[in-house]
Amino acid sequence: MIYLTELLRLPVLDSAGRPLGRLSEVAVVPAEDPKRVAQFVLRSRGRRLAIGHEAVQEVSLNAFRLSVPSEQLREFDPRDDQLLVTKDVLDQQIIDINGRKVVRVNDVGFLEQRTDGTCEVRLAEVDVGLSGAFRRLFQGLLPLAAIRSLEKHLAHRVIPWEFVDLIETDPKRRVKLKISHDKLARLHPADLADIVEELAPAEREAIFESLDETKAAEALSEVEPKVQRSIIQSLDAEKAADILEEMAPDEAADLLGDLPGRTSKGFLEDMQPAEAEELGELLEFPEDTAGGMMTTDFIAVPETGSVDSAIAVLRANRETAHTANAVFLVDAQDRLTGSVPLAELFLASPSTLLAQLKPDLLLFAHLDSSEDDVITLFDKYNVLTLPVIDEEYVLAGVITADDIISLLKSKL
Amino acid sequence: MQERRAYSLQPTAYSLLSSSLQPTAHSLKRWLRDWKLRLLIFFSILGPGFITANVDNDAGGIYTYSLAGAKFGYLLLWIFVPMTIALVVVQEMCSRMGAVTGKGLSDLIREEFGFRITFLMMAALVLANFTNVMAEFAGVASSLQIFGVSPYISVPASAFLVWVLVVRGDYKSVEKVFLVASGFYIAYIVSGALAHPDWLLAAANVARPRMPLTTEALMMVVGLIGTTIAPWMQFYLQAAVVEKGVQAEQYAASRVEVVIGCIFMSVVAFFIVVACAATLHVGGQHEIKDAGHAAVALRPLAGRYASLLFTFGLFNASLFAASILPLATAYTVCEGLGFESGVNKRFSEAPFFYWLYTLLIVLGAGVVLIPGFPLIRMIFLSQVINGLLLPFILVFMVLLINRVDLMGEYTNSRLYNVITWATVIVVGLLGAILTVATLRG
Repeated sequence: MIYLTELLRLPVLDSAGRPLGRLSEVAVVPAEDPKRVAQFVLRSRGRRLAIGHEAVQEVSLNAFRLSVPSEQLREFDPRDDQLLVTKDVLDQQIIDINGRKVVRVNDVGFLEQRTDGTCEVRLAEVDVGLSGAFRRLFQGLLPLAAIRSLEKHLAHRVIPWEFVDLIETDPKRRVKLKISHDKLARLHPADLADIVEELAPAEREAIFESLDETKAAEALSEVEPKVQRSIIQSLDAEKAADILEEMAPDEAADLLGDLPGRTSKGFLEDMQPAEAEELGELLEFPEDTAGGMMTTDFIAVPETGSVDSAIAVLRANRETAHTANAVFLVDAQDRLTGSVPLAELFLASPSTLLAQLKPDLLLFAHLDSSEDDVITLFDKYNVLTLPVIDEEYVLAGVITADDIISLLKSKL
Repeated sequence: MQERRAYSLQPTAYSLLSSSLQPTAHSLKRWLRDWKLRLLIFFSILGPGFITANVDNDAGGIYTYSLAGAKFGYLLLWIFVPMTIALVVVQEMCSRMGAVTGKGLSDLIREEFGFRITFLMMAALVLANFTNVMAEFAGVASSLQIFGVSPYISVPASAFLVWVLVVRGDYKSVEKVFLVASGFYIAYIVSGALAHPDWLLAAANVARPRMPLTTEALMMVVGLIGTTIAPWMQFYLQAAVVEKGVQAEQYAASRVEVVIGCIFMSVVAFFIVVACAATLHVGGQHEIKDAGHAAVALRPLAGRYASLLFTFGLFNASLFAASILPLATAYTVCEGLGFESGVNKRFSEAPFFYWLYTLLIVLGAGVVLIPGFPLIRMIFLSQVINGLLLPFILVFMVLLINRVDLMGEYTNSRLYNVITWATVIVVGLLGAILTVATLRG
């Protein structure tokens, strides 16, 4: 293992053993090989020369030896598809996929691999610990060997390159450098949200642009409202509208309600008409009433049906069923008549009539019931969901316990 | 009917939730909400710049301005003109950098200048800020001393209060109390006016800069600059702008707020000097040995309650800054050096952050308790240290803000660059001369 800090201190010698200068940059071309250093940049008498990976004979703590004479080296030509390790990685913030957090890079570690006459240098890890900090602080002040023996006594924290997620704000460069956030997208939305909150606005935007709508919607729902607003406003309108469509309607409505009127109208116009209408209606309700708290994603079935028919409806609406914990019963005029917990449905025999499973107590809130009344009901009757009805007793939406928990947490 | 039966089964829930709001009440509520929202937006925009300006008039500020008025009368008033211009420019640069990059100043220094420079910068900042924390606790000690409260009680109690307030996360709710109490500064403006200062002489001194060529005067000028354009404020302001989520597009409103904050602060400072000149200096009292002396400046307004007023103001200002400074320092250093930070993290997650924060408070408060500790002299010297550090910070700022890859179209105008570099050179030279003069005795 050799660290970037050390690499940049090594004397560069050509095939004849003549000292040429020192390295100033190390470039990887991910499109060719994700880890191999493709070019080393040599600073020699005021010029920047490129050393191709095939021209490196030996890399040790004593010297960086070339297999070619210095006359063969060409001027360094910076290109967009080169990841410049000193400029793009060192001292920057990266995402540690395994540790699920944002960290700052103190140093970068490489592995040397000797193959018939040449020495390949490959990216191995980023150093985010004290030992890396120590190495940076004393580079050039103490001999390399002395630093090596002293840094052993300090906390060593590294992240293998496979688990490093780079943040590049320029979309074109992101493509050229083959930066995808695939691994990041596999994190839990709540972890992703924590990570995003630590970043600068442009960096957040970069990450959200590369996530698909579903993942972006899940993560965005978990982000704190202030950051939510800044993210959604930074994305282009079409992408923002797609993400809003994927979010739970109540959360999307909360977010839109906090945006300036013109902006939220613009998003609504970009959305599918049906979803826009639904959100538009939700937006009409003040935030601190049952109408403002509810989501319009729920499952309602006619009370005249059987358990079997209810389960069929659940199967047909997988997405909604995923988060539901009760089905609601309605009469022919869509008026609420009862609710059946999912567990009851599965315990009852398939032919049982739904009306028979109805609990005696029907709990609900009105669209304009206050936040406090709703919380009181949740607390008193220990329910997980509470239906909300309009003036005609028609089921308008559902409030779920997770929203109540978030609400109470924000009031703590 | 089945439906009716269902409702009749739960009369409590039904009556509890029955609709009662009339449409008019509904729209009234809506209007109130909008109005509250607008006020909230106003306050959130009217946040960082104004708060920073008020925090800047801390114990160090109050005593340094008072000393300037007592020792030199109206003589140094001219300095407020160039100093205010520099202050506006520097603070505006910070908030612009925060809004455009979304990153703190120490983050930017680290990303663009590397680890070693950041480390040295942070070490210097921790030292300077430590003396400032000490100054705040010295402010607490000296303010309550007027009423005979022993520093051995007031200082540990305040230190504990500050520590708990911030670590428990209650600080945000107390901040408004501090801010409102900062209205105390207006007392200086009124008192300065009531003291019948020699306006002709004051105006002449503003228009015609004169600089006594003594080490004492030089030190006073560096201290005045150091307390007005304190290095730690630049880090704090930029972080606060980032925290508020001000973005480049809404930046115009923020700029107005920063400028207003700076001018308000300078006007207050100007009147502290005028009030002290018109009372202490004219009355032959050229030294300030304790808070009682400094309080005399408020006599034209408050008469025999001047001490009470001064104590209240100084105590509030000291505590306000004491709850911000150690925390801001810990954040700045951790961000620059890449340590975990944040009061929402547990001690085991961010040990360096909590240790630094705690040590700054404990040591800052502890030093003040050394018997015979010259409170006011040390408060003043901490501001001189600020003045010595300032040019270095400014160099980093002006280099960063002119980078097109960071700032895009928001880089400095030529006028801004001229003003900043002039400030760097003048303050740097003053600092160098002062250092040489002090070392030679």
